[in-house]
Amino acid sequence: MAVDRDTVTRIARLARLQVPEGDLDTLAGELSNIIGWVEQLEEVDTDGVAPMASVANMKLRWRKDEVTDGGIPEKVTANAPEAQNGMFAVPKVVE
Amino acid sequence: MAELTGITLAEGRDLLETGEVSAKELAEAQIGAMEAKRDLNAFITETPERALDDAAASDARRAKGEGLGPLDGIPLAIKDLFCTEGVQTTAASHILEGFVPPYESTVTAKLRAAGSVMLGKTNLDEFAMGSSNETSYFGSVENPWRRRGDNRPLVPGGSSGGAASAVSGGMCLGATGTDTGGSIRQPAAFCGIVGMKPTYGRCSRWGIVAFASSLDQAGPMTRTVRDSAIMLGGMAGFDPKDSTSADMDVPDFEAALSGGVKALKIGIPAEYAVDGTNEEITALWEQGKAWLKDAGAELVDISLPHTKYALPTYYIIAPAEASSNLARYDGVRYGLREAGDDLTDMYENTRGSGFGTEVRRRILIGTYVLSAGYYDAYYLKAQKVRALIARDFTEAYEKCDVILTPTTPGPAFAKGEKSDDPIAMYLNDVLTVPASLAGLPAISVPAGLSGDGLPLGLHLIGRAFDEETLFRAAQALEDAAGFDARPGAA
Repeated sequence: MAVDRDTVTRIARLARLQVPEGDLDTLAGELSNIIGWVEQLEEVDTDGVAPMASVANMKLRWRKDEVTDGGIPEKVTANAPEAQNGMFAVPKVVE
Repeated sequence: MAELTGITLAEGRDLLETGEVSAKELAEAQIGAMEAKRDLNAFITETPERALDDAAASDARRAKGEGLGPLDGIPLAIKDLFCTEGVQTTAASHILEGFVPPYESTVTAKLRAAGSVMLGKTNLDEFAMGSSNETSYFGSVENPWRRRGDNRPLVPGGSSGGAASAVSGGMCLGATGTDTGGSIRQPAAFCGIVGMKPTYGRCSRWGIVAFASSLDQAGPMTRTVRDSAIMLGGMAGFDPKDSTSADMDVPDFEAALSGGVKALKIGIPAEYAVDGTNEEITALWEQGKAWLKDAGAELVDISLPHTKYALPTYYIIAPAEASSNLARYDGVRYGLREAGDDLTDMYENTRGSGFGTEVRRRILIGTYVLSAGYYDAYYLKAQKVRALIARDFTEAYEKCDVILTPTTPGPAFAKGEKSDDPIAMYLNDVLTVPASLAGLPAISVPAGLSGDGLPLGLHLIGRAFDEETLFRAAQALEDAAGFDARPGAA
């Protein structure tokens, strides 16, 4: 399926990715090519095939629901572009 | 004194054991080479002080007769996708520039515990997305090799291109790589070294910057098969912090090398003779079959019927997982932040300027194939085809023990040669992606030179968690090939 400018704008919005206006046509062309190419999978008969999410042939392990780490807010926020009092700071969300 | 650069890890280990060389001398020699070869741009961050501290600690342990690790005093380069405590970790992306992890990845922690010396963090394609190391925010990496009679710089492959260039160029005794669809094996083939991707689950993913979590796997990049076995022993092992880590003992991989291939069944898949594979590669594959047969192995024709669908399957699954994994880069907790009018605007501006074009392309593809109305047609379909690809291998391993193929459809290409056409670039991984989708261990061994003097690799794929048989076959291939060519620029 061809990907048009509006679709690029829509998925860029979903991905929270600012795309310059001037890149939309190029991206629409590139994504159309890639999507068109992966569509060859349609010719594979997958009736009755269970989708594979992981090759790890194992059940996920359980552990006790208990605190194993913590008490290090300075370490956790050390790389934050903006932090205050051991917390991450963001632009105002609630007016 | 003995030559200290361009040597194998095993040779380095011997020199240290006999006391002929100190860890400090070995580290200093690599640091010198690293500085002399900066034009290859193999490293994003060099850590010479750290290397000398690690080396001094190793020498002190040895002097005191303390217990030594299997890699004690061995200088290694670490792909800049592994989080290293106190040392900048970028994933070659602007969005993570300046990020200094407060923790150490499990694999690098194991390598430290084994006594190794860290030289620095190697360059890669941004977030490991690429096959030429041209998508790094910190500039492209050069391959130490050149075509005969042609001085144009060539790509080292990718995404572990800095690691491959550093090993090939004699700047370290081994390097860590990560492989999602071929990111260890393809650059190893392009640079004339050994690159090994273990079974999914063999090495912990904890602390490795995530690209596609169902595929990502760390592995060693070394000069020889023996070095690969030694280094994997220092990287592998169960880790409760990675939910898909395999709770299995780590065998003595080095001990497996002497097993030989007598009566081993080598599968030759008919479908790997793909269009676009050059004649030299086909001839090398024939040579590889003959070498293993002469060494006592039995060749078995096998079929992996869904091979041609592996690459399109990969280019749905990997971007889908990437778009999800990379959602964490939002300008709040680490890395770049670009101001915006509100929170959403800040997210969009940060991500818009922080990610490069290939990463942006893959996030958009991933978001598209996961979006409402398309999920079943693309993502679910790809997961089903992935199951068929894995089943092909399971059936093939009823007839054979190891599979032999070429590693890449061609040798290293020039910078810029394929960067305008994403699909042409993706085709580099056509022979390595199937094993990734099936989670199988695989290794690329340098086996010959192209007509214009560039290294070519042969590729072996093993059964899940049977790295020992894989190493045995790889050793036989290496012995027969006797590959001893060295890059001109190194």
